[in-house]
Amino acid sequence: MLVKALRFAIPVLAAASLMQGSALAADDFIIVQSTTSTQNSGLYDHLLPKFQEKSGIEVRVVAVGTGQAIKNAQNCDGDVLLVHAKVSEQKFVSEGYGVSRADVMYNDFVIVGPAADPASVAGGKDVTAALAKIKQTSAAFASRGDDSGTHKKELALWKAAGVDPSGDSGGWYRETGSGMGATLNTAVGMGAYAMTDRATWIAFANKGDHKIAVEGDERMFNQYGVILVNPEICDNVKADLGQQFIDWILSDDGQSAIADYTRDGQQLFFPNARMS
Amino acid sequence: MQDFGAAFAEAFALIAGLDAELMAIIGLSLRVTFSAVLIACAIGLPLGALLAVGRFPGRAALVVLVSALMGLPPVVVGLAVYLLLSSAGPLGVLQLLYTPTAMIIAQAILVTPIVAALTRQVIEDLHGEYDELLRSLGTSRLGTVATLLWDARYSLLTAALAGLGRALAEVGAVMIVGGNINHVTRVMTTAIALETSKGELALALGLGIILVCLSILINAGLMGLRRTAERMAYA
Repeated sequence: MLVKALRFAIPVLAAASLMQGSALAADDFIIVQSTTSTQNSGLYDHLLPKFQEKSGIEVRVVAVGTGQAIKNAQNCDGDVLLVHAKVSEQKFVSEGYGVSRADVMYNDFVIVGPAADPASVAGGKDVTAALAKIKQTSAAFASRGDDSGTHKKELALWKAAGVDPSGDSGGWYRETGSGMGATLNTAVGMGAYAMTDRATWIAFANKGDHKIAVEGDERMFNQYGVILVNPEICDNVKADLGQQFIDWILSDDGQSAIADYTRDGQQLFFPNARMS
Repeated sequence: MQDFGAAFAEAFALIAGLDAELMAIIGLSLRVTFSAVLIACAIGLPLGALLAVGRFPGRAALVVLVSALMGLPPVVVGLAVYLLLSSAGPLGVLQLLYTPTAMIIAQAILVTPIVAALTRQVIEDLHGEYDELLRSLGTSRLGTVATLLWDARYSLLTAALAGLGRALAEVGAVMIVGGNINHVTRVMTTAIALETSKGELALALGLGIILVCLSILINAGLMGLRRTAERMAYA
């Protein structure tokens, strides 16, 4: 019987010893709740080693949509929030979840579409006029539909264009309910227009025959902000380490590291550090 | 079709290059998967056997429940474990969210019903054959369970392998509770999801090919082990 009991005990003990591994990880790390655009474009792979070398702090990035990132940070599951939906970010701070917010960098959104350009919007600059044309021609448009920063921006632009696409959901307006990359894969697959941040688009490897159709409208400005999660609300927040990361990314070192990052010779993010 | 050719090329290049990052990701995948399956077996084997041998009120309902839980959606399990382990959740003090341990917990929850339900079937069939013999020997209930589990060990390997397959292929739960953090909680399936979202389809498919090969190797290895053991046992 003892032998048989051991047969059950051994796997359990083995499992327990396997699980030990995670406890050995360094304690000098912070969790940054962030967005898919910063991760998918490769920016963090460029920035974080520089910061770690300087500070010895490991940065663990959880890349999800801005809506989910903010939600996770409200649940105290992160030390720093780095996202791109200014209104939501300011609300996060004013409700006490965040200490303060600073601008970090910007890029812009673009509308990409198939080369055939069924809505005849290619080459245009006026984003609301383009969206209105897409609606008029019922050309397929793939929306994130996931409460992310990009999705919020897209909805605001539809509103500015005087179009309510929700009635056509399932028709020409297709909400994928997934990340930027997955939505671009879908858009390329079904020849639909889509709105994306420029960094994700430049780094995206499955462009098919899709091209940038609309760009350069100042309403497509895309600001990223950084916030320290409030240690008074979340006592597990590593305020000291998190602040070091924020200080660095806003410093001349961090800002020039952002400006240095290019893909195919194009700069993806433009630093503009400023407390707000 | 060029993607398939490119995918095989990518897979081959990754393996041939013994890419350190890839090896770490494979290592973590195996660690999480095997830990989860071991825990699931430690719970699921005795639980399944008790369901097969035991006679108690509510047994039939429990059998149905365990079978139904084989279809647990990974995303739902991930979400439930996230809410439990979140700093704002009841187990937040443990600070396990975004660690491999959290991924093991989520996968163990997914795999346990599979192991338990398949074990129940195997043991129930065997119990039909052994029942009279064991009763004539006056074996206790616990002794019966242990004897049946031991005698069915080779068939039960299939239950464990089914669980292993589920754990190795699963992405929804580990994505939520692990966070797909580079060098910390990134495993094969979440890496594939990430590369897909970057539009790196050939690389993603290449990783998928490696994952399938890994699964073939594990299954072949365990079945070979079983055959050797059987031969030694009956020689």
